[in-house]
Amino acid sequence: MYVAVKGGERAIDNAHDWLAEERRGPQDVAELDVAQIRTQLGLAVNRVMAEGSLFDPDLAALAIKQSRGDLIEAIFLIRAYRTTLPRFGYSTPVDTGAMACDRRISATFKDVPGGQVLGPTFDYTHRLLDFALEAEGLQRSEAIAPEAHPVMPRVSQFLNQEGLIQDEPRPEVDAVPGDLTRAPLELPATRALRLQALARGDEGFVLSMAYSTQRGYAKNHPFVGELRIGTVAVEMEIPELGFAVEIGDVVLSECETVNQFTGSKTEPPQFTRGYGLVFGQTERKAISMALVDRALRWKELGEDDKGAPAQDEEFVLYHADNIQATGFLEHIKLPHYVDFQSELELVRKLRREADARVRPTEAAQ
Amino acid sequence: MSAYNFAYLDEQTKRMIRRALLKGMAIPGYQVPFASREMPMPYGWGTGGVQVSAAVMVPEDCFKVIDQGADDTTNAVSIRRFFQATAGVAVTEKTAEASVIQTRHRIPERDLRQGQILVYQVPIPEPLRFLEPSEVETRKMHALEEYGLMHVKLYEDIARHGDISTSYAYPVKVEGRYVMDPSPIPKFDNPKLGMAAIQLFGAGREQRIYALPPHTDVVSLDFEDYPFQAGKADHDCDLCGAGSSYLDEVITDDAGGRMFVCSDTDFCRERREAGHVGALGVEAVA
Amino acid sequence: MEQTSDMLTGGFSDAPRQSARAFRAALEAMARPGSTYVLQEMADAPAPVSRAAATLLLVLCDAETPLHLSGVCDTPAIRGWVTFHTGAPLVAAAEAMFVLGDWSSLDLRVLARGTAEYPDRSATVIVDGDFEGVDVSLRGPGIKDVSVTRLPDVVVFQENAAHFPLGLDFYFTRGAKLSALPRSTRVTAGENA
Repeated sequence: MYVAVKGGERAIDNAHDWLAEERRGPQDVAELDVAQIRTQLGLAVNRVMAEGSLFDPDLAALAIKQSRGDLIEAIFLIRAYRTTLPRFGYSTPVDTGAMACDRRISATFKDVPGGQVLGPTFDYTHRLLDFALEAEGLQRSEAIAPEAHPVMPRVSQFLNQEGLIQDEPRPEVDAVPGDLTRAPLELPATRALRLQALARGDEGFVLSMAYSTQRGYAKNHPFVGELRIGTVAVEMEIPELGFAVEIGDVVLSECETVNQFTGSKTEPPQFTRGYGLVFGQTERKAISMALVDRALRWKELGEDDKGAPAQDEEFVLYHADNIQATGFLEHIKLPHYVDFQSELELVRKLRREADARVRPTEAAQ
Repeated sequence: MSAYNFAYLDEQTKRMIRRALLKGMAIPGYQVPFASREMPMPYGWGTGGVQVSAAVMVPEDCFKVIDQGADDTTNAVSIRRFFQATAGVAVTEKTAEASVIQTRHRIPERDLRQGQILVYQVPIPEPLRFLEPSEVETRKMHALEEYGLMHVKLYEDIARHGDISTSYAYPVKVEGRYVMDPSPIPKFDNPKLGMAAIQLFGAGREQRIYALPPHTDVVSLDFEDYPFQAGKADHDCDLCGAGSSYLDEVITDDAGGRMFVCSDTDFCRERREAGHVGALGVEAVA
Repeated sequence: MEQTSDMLTGGFSDAPRQSARAFRAALEAMARPGSTYVLQEMADAPAPVSRAAATLLLVLCDAETPLHLSGVCDTPAIRGWVTFHTGAPLVAAAEAMFVLGDWSSLDLRVLARGTAEYPDRSATVIVDGDFEGVDVSLRGPGIKDVSVTRLPDVVVFQENAAHFPLGLDFYFTRGAKLSALPRSTRVTAGENA
């Protein structure tokens, strides 16, 4: 006799227990602690903070531990936590011009005031596995940290002196940018909202979109005008005090691209900009973001719609979020047997009808 | 879980959802945009339904969750547990006892009554989406009541297959105005959409809420010469003998053996407890 | 300030649960036009705002919902209470998402009725207190066959329904009682119309 399958509750409990055991792994290997993850897997932590939209290295490290290193799962944990936090207010815009830079490079000039600072980059490493890292208790190499952070004026500012680069269109002074996490996305979106969506978008998706523009799908000829990574102060207006006070600092990666622009009916030929700003040292994402931002500005700059994916605001904004994407993708694991059954019945019915139409013909032959 | 508010969501979020629900109720079948929050379960797994349930739930509620008509499917279990933990509400598997029922893919067999609320989990709320991927375009089509594309699609089905080949998420027209996706319920369930209970639809990832007040005029799209037909497997339930319930087909061996059982597990249980026995409900199968 | 004590009191003691119960009644009311619901646990705003109306404000309004106060509901004490308890910005009628007022004071013509693409961007009007009513019959979503009630006007609500899906949605509040009339309801004069 058939008995309907029961036991969903027990199955879930067992799965959770097993998951916890797998996460910990063999007991004879030391358990990772959150501080190790935060300090030694910093770039993973940065990605989780960026796409989780929450600057908290400790929580991001905890999420990475809990998710067994699945970064999208870690981002999901951070997002779900973030949304429960009360909002005390909004900071004033951070001044990235005053950033204490660990890294700052420009591809458009050989040298710039403040200098080219490589910082802790993989750029010129040879990608050879370093088997020495396998050994424990390595001698710590001497880091050459800069003694003081020099003032680093913006590269785009030099171009701007000649009027060769378009000014960033400034929103009206009291225009409050929308908040993607508090209001449903509406199209067409403002640039502020597009940048928000890109900043928390999936690194892989934004990267591929940017890459597609380089390969010719809405090519926009970008140069990295400036990439800077470092620490900026976060300030907030305190109404009781009547002025802004520093409430902490965050590490940001900022990229400004300089793009060719041949001019339009209303604008003279000049350079234009793409902009990327992301939490943490996340330069691949910041550069990608700047390219996609520039591609999405085609309408505002009077360029042609080339039908390229990166120009399609709706396509980019609706598909950049990996938490939405992975949830919907993975939901097809859930039972769908009711719908499948109704498809089954339909296909059977259509075949019966098709059969009935074919048979009389066969009989006639 | 005690660190969280009653029914998990903060009050401001609940107010935002509640306002959307009221507008949805006032404009039946229209998809109200809402600022869906990131829930502690994945998008696509019922986050819209969970947010709607959380916004309507009162401490005195008796809550039931079904997925595919069954209370014991894993995601139904998971959502039921979530509200037990965060709202402390009573839960039940009995349709008759529930005041709020969250569902994925089915409408219970038993008629729902005034005072009950049926909350649907909706993956893609836009009925025109599979014809037109752009939200900007479909919003225009709804505004202009331009539903020709949908009729063309259904008609092409008939031309090609001799029948409308949509068997679930079958589109309906609400009060002669909005074409609405009833969520991926089998079209067998469509005739129940004019029920006496309140029906609320939540799509978390797509940030839409819509609603049907009780006794709303809901018509499954069709043509005069091809009227809508609600289909089901041409069998009785092998466990309880019901002839009018929606059935799951269960493969019983690798030699083509199969049986048909009610997808609504509570309905089937109730009938068996009342003494009804289906063809395979007893040992004498051989 | 004399009204301070008034202003600070009259909120919910257990907001999550009390607003949940009140909202449920408000939802049922909107789902069943013309049916009256009696609220149990209520907020209390300065006179002459009814307790049902005060409760609706607490349940639905906050800093994100521009509110317009009209007629007898537009007093310094009520403004203070609303601001303290909800944070809703007080605005002119045309900008309001919610409107609270006595029937005779309301100028419905200026209120937002939504747009073809976003018909939900329309005002919800809370008509508070008594009015000289006329008997009407209601038909439409939420109503099995026909429902009979009293409304302060007929033509106004007929016109409102005629523009569906655009339109205003109404709550009527008096004491602890609450009923609703969404734009989807078709109104005819008389009990047996």
